[in-house]
Amino acid sequence: MNADLVIILTAILVSTASALVGSFLVLRRMALLSDAISHAVLPGIVLAYWLSGGERATVPALLGAAAAGLVTVVLVEWLTRTGKVKNDAAIGIVFPALFSLGVLAVSLFFRNVHLDMDAVLYGEIAYAPFNTLNLWGREVPESWLVMGSLTLLNLLFVLLFYKELKLSTFDPGLAAALGLAPGALHYGLMTLVSFTSVGAFQSVGAILIVAFLIIPPATAYLLTRRLPVMIALAVGVGVVSSLAGYALAIWLDASIAGMMATVAGLCFTLAFLFSPVEGYLTARLRRERQRLEVAARLLVAHLAHHDQPVPEGEVLEEFGWNPRFLKQVREKARQAGWLEVVREGLRPTARGLAMSSALLEPDP
Amino acid sequence: MQCTKAVRAGRARAPARGHEQTPRRSHPLEPFFLTMSELLLIFTDYTLRNVALGSAMLGVVGGVLGAFAVLRRQSLLGDVLAHAALPGICLAFILTGTKAPLVLLLGGGLAGWLAAWLVLAVLRHSRLPEDSALGVMLSSFFGFGVALLTFIQHSNNASQAGLDQYIFGQAATIVASDVRNFMVLGGVALLVVGLFYKEFKLLSFDPAYAHSLGLPVRGLNTLLTSLMVLAVMVGLQTVGVVLMAAMLIAPAAAARQWTNRLEAMIGLSALFGAMAGVSGALISATRENLPTGPLVVLSMSAILLVSLFFAPLRGLVWDWARTRQNRRRVRLERLLLDAHVLHAHGTLTPQTLAERRREPVAVALQNLEALRSLGWVQEHPQGFILTPTGEQKAHELEQAMRVLPHRVEGSS
Repeated sequence: MNADLVIILTAILVSTASALVGSFLVLRRMALLSDAISHAVLPGIVLAYWLSGGERATVPALLGAAAAGLVTVVLVEWLTRTGKVKNDAAIGIVFPALFSLGVLAVSLFFRNVHLDMDAVLYGEIAYAPFNTLNLWGREVPESWLVMGSLTLLNLLFVLLFYKELKLSTFDPGLAAALGLAPGALHYGLMTLVSFTSVGAFQSVGAILIVAFLIIPPATAYLLTRRLPVMIALAVGVGVVSSLAGYALAIWLDASIAGMMATVAGLCFTLAFLFSPVEGYLTARLRRERQRLEVAARLLVAHLAHHDQPVPEGEVLEEFGWNPRFLKQVREKARQAGWLEVVREGLRPTARGLAMSSALLEPDP
Repeated sequence: MQCTKAVRAGRARAPARGHEQTPRRSHPLEPFFLTMSELLLIFTDYTLRNVALGSAMLGVVGGVLGAFAVLRRQSLLGDVLAHAALPGICLAFILTGTKAPLVLLLGGGLAGWLAAWLVLAVLRHSRLPEDSALGVMLSSFFGFGVALLTFIQHSNNASQAGLDQYIFGQAATIVASDVRNFMVLGGVALLVVGLFYKEFKLLSFDPAYAHSLGLPVRGLNTLLTSLMVLAVMVGLQTVGVVLMAAMLIAPAAAARQWTNRLEAMIGLSALFGAMAGVSGALISATRENLPTGPLVVLSMSAILLVSLFFAPLRGLVWDWARTRQNRRRVRLERLLLDAHVLHAHGTLTPQTLAERRREPVAVALQNLEALRSLGWVQEHPQGFILTPTGEQKAHELEQAMRVLPHRVEGSS
């Protein structure tokens, strides 16, 4: 089987599965809780690895990681509820401790075996083609099987509970009042995040999962205000950054997962700058255009009060503008056909007069 | 490998100075128990002394700046700063080609500062929630760092070995010049905190008031964040980028449990940080291949757990004890009130009490026994009656429970 195909499809599955649950994490302001979970699955994986006698088995690892993820969520919530520690500090306390346990166990017991620190950090998506399973007489990459089922599971969860998820995300109070059990939904989502984290752990490592869980949905969040569109865009951004990241990583001979996260970060930057909804540069451009438009209307309305053309110097004095701005405003008004430049100064056209009277005396 | 050499050198010198040589260890858990002779090495052994001084400096600086971060609810900004340092370290190496720690630390600090600035920019100019903005910057910077790190490793540069020590820290590589660097970086940070202490205090507790007094709130915020970057730079070599956040958050959270005063909290936070730093670094320096970061963080977590449970006044154990005591008191008082009602009707027996409280007769008997041991009821031919103290107490309770003062009917 083609090695590139295996890696690319694995990456696509990882980013799809992550984007599906990640969208809700971003909307529910639990992005950093998922960061904590993805760190904390490490001790769960190590424990499962140890209990299963040093063999890497997928099912115990999934269960161990899900347990570790839920322990993280419960610990953070408990710490917050005691009132001794604020929520953000609780997250920052729990996951380093659990992650430290995991790292320590790896360096003490599993040094130089399958589960080494490089795998924890960078993942080993490059080895995905070598781990295959025999399924009904055909060799299937294990990563396809694991990530495929996780993607399916996440998709089913989102489709089946779409209404409930949407309501409890945007109005938890109403969801609870309608009897939708937001608590159960919350823990269900957390379980899926843990599952996805451990499934993706083998491919992209413990820390970079967050890049797949958060960056594509956050990018999509900047691009739209509709939930279904956001989820679809998040999946799209994830897939695009996987493909581009893979190509870059091969070209530069660098970590595949690291490059994918880098490209996702670039996508986010582009969305932040150029998003049609509220991108930084688009918003500035729009504001600038509106400023000119208002100034041009103001100028024409001012000219309409004079019988003679008004010299530019007088306009500058009247409005306190600088000459460059006046030039911009004049061009804007001229393009709109509101004024014309004559030898004595500026004079409104018939259209300009009509506009200004409409501006000053709006129809009843 | 620099670290291996350093540890071996430290070990080999020990017997020459008259200390007993520790026998070769086989069990993996054994290095966690330091022997007395190993503890004494802190003061005499060159490597260990540097390690201890470096980690103590980290603990102090991290503790002091973490106190402000935790109070201002910016704990996780520290996490972002630390993770974001990785690409800076790698870029500094690629650009300069040296592995001089100060150069790499400066690169890391600059990258962390840039990430913090980007988080602020995203928050100011978009409606993205704060946690997502932090998560995005953290993971994209770290991902870029990982990509750069592997790029350097695969480019077969012979001098690259050891860059990955910045991920989880390797205290054994700390030498005297590093300690000097830490002292300068940390000293600057502490000095600035000392100079602007009053302003930072106001900023942490009442930023709106600080603003109304005409303080440059945004500038002071930037200054505090920059000082956090200095703290992260001190910690990169010891704890590493992934776990550095814990050294900013946990000492301050632990110190908060012991006191309500900022001065005391900062002092305790620095002390806890230093304790955790030194003990974690020393444990890791005694054995090869033990990353320091996890050990420092686990030491800090232990201190935090003790503080959470046993700190005077705020400790959870005392909370639980108080709750238990209150529950018991309330239960007994309600029991007395029930008994008082029945007593007023002249029929206080285990049977009537059981009926009123909807509980088995055996439980009612136990309850009456509890009331009698308090001296509130006594036995009587027709069952039980309230003692004068019991009546007095019940009366007081009834008065206290009344919402409207109908004093006339209260006494029975």
